[in-house]
Amino acid sequence: MITREEFKTIAENGIWKQNTSIVQILGLCPLLAVTTNAVNGIMLSLATIIVMALSGVAIASLRNLIPHEIRIPVFILIVAALVTVVDLLFNANLHELYLVLGIFIPLIVTNCIVLARVEAFAAKNPPLQSTFDGIFMGIGMLWTLGLLGALREFIGSGTILGGIDMVFPDLHPIQVLPESYPGFLLALLPPGAFILLGCLIAWKNWMEARAAERAKLKPPAPIATAGCH
Amino acid sequence: MTSVTKEITAQAMAVRTAATLFIFVVIFTGLLSGAYLWTKPAIEASATEEKMKLVDEVLPRSEYDNNLLDDTLALTETPELGQKDPSTLFRARKAGKPVALVFEAVAPDGYAGKIRLIVAIRASGEVAGVRVTQHKETPGLGDYIEIKKDKNKARPWITQFTGMSLAQVSDKEWKVKKDGGRLDYYAGATITPRAVTKAVHKAAKWAEANRDRLFAEGAAK
Repeated sequence: MITREEFKTIAENGIWKQNTSIVQILGLCPLLAVTTNAVNGIMLSLATIIVMALSGVAIASLRNLIPHEIRIPVFILIVAALVTVVDLLFNANLHELYLVLGIFIPLIVTNCIVLARVEAFAAKNPPLQSTFDGIFMGIGMLWTLGLLGALREFIGSGTILGGIDMVFPDLHPIQVLPESYPGFLLALLPPGAFILLGCLIAWKNWMEARAAERAKLKPPAPIATAGCH
Repeated sequence: MTSVTKEITAQAMAVRTAATLFIFVVIFTGLLSGAYLWTKPAIEASATEEKMKLVDEVLPRSEYDNNLLDDTLALTETPELGQKDPSTLFRARKAGKPVALVFEAVAPDGYAGKIRLIVAIRASGEVAGVRVTQHKETPGLGDYIEIKKDKNKARPWITQFTGMSLAQVSDKEWKVKKDGGRLDYYAGATITPRAVTKAVHKAAKWAEANRDRLFAEGAAK
């Protein structure tokens, strides 16, 4: 079972301390492609939460059966099979939801967050903890991608909630800036995503540094994960 | 002696590892095929429904009374429509009389690859409707060709084609305004609407040239 303390650590790590997008800097491909508005970012994150929770529980349950030497191919196999099964099941049984989330599910295969969490957490921890880890990592991704999408959309086209009609057909994006706002294309293109992501990371580091200064402690060293984008 | 036992253990290890990997592959491949077979009927049913929904967008159901999804014609490779693969053409009839042809066309020269369209052309040669079914155009820029993404909800870009016909609109006018034609476009993305316009124009020409053959061929009902 899970203790209150464990749960708190997992939640904290997922949402803030080890945030996938602004601390681990993982899964940049879908991040750049998808966050042209907040709704897309949130939808991708929701799809990721589902897949991460499932792969967490699957791999944590099987972790004692998987030989250490071949763990990576087995993880890839399990994650890819799960993503495909989720994709098929959504398509068949929850078709309305599939139309909204469907295009994001194959994107998750290219997202190394799933594999990274499986390797770093689920392979060493019991199923329940691993499920929560997947969910909270996904929630961390959700607010980051949501915020990034909202910023890009606001700066790029002056609206909020663009693409909401994809989820709720009756709602429409809200034009915040005047109609005459010419738009700022850079924010909508991939370089804009990089620049704004950089700003978000800087903001996070600034918050950390300020908190550390107050506590008269050294700022924690950033955890870098190289070779996976 | 020790070296021999070590070698055997290493080999045994390798075999065991390979066997474990193999078992995992078998189990998860089984899981995949199981999920595929189990979901196949439901997915196919919703695909048909989707198709009907698309047809409904380009041609109102009140205009025809036959079962359009059954009154089909298999098209082989049709370069005029940008189709390199076989596709299906649907024929709408009312009381046995030709109403419209519904078919797929491909604009091969979109900004990011192919743009797939569904086009309905009335027997009179008039475009009944065009919709984009698949594209990879830049989100927020060129994707307004898709009705859902178009900010102009009152008169989405793609509906401009409705009612156009070769008889009324000259070849010169079947172009975006930037190229001297009559079709609007949004600044920042001209390649996309240009590709769609060209594809619809070609589709209209093809339907005009082949209309009688397409309606007559294999029509037993």
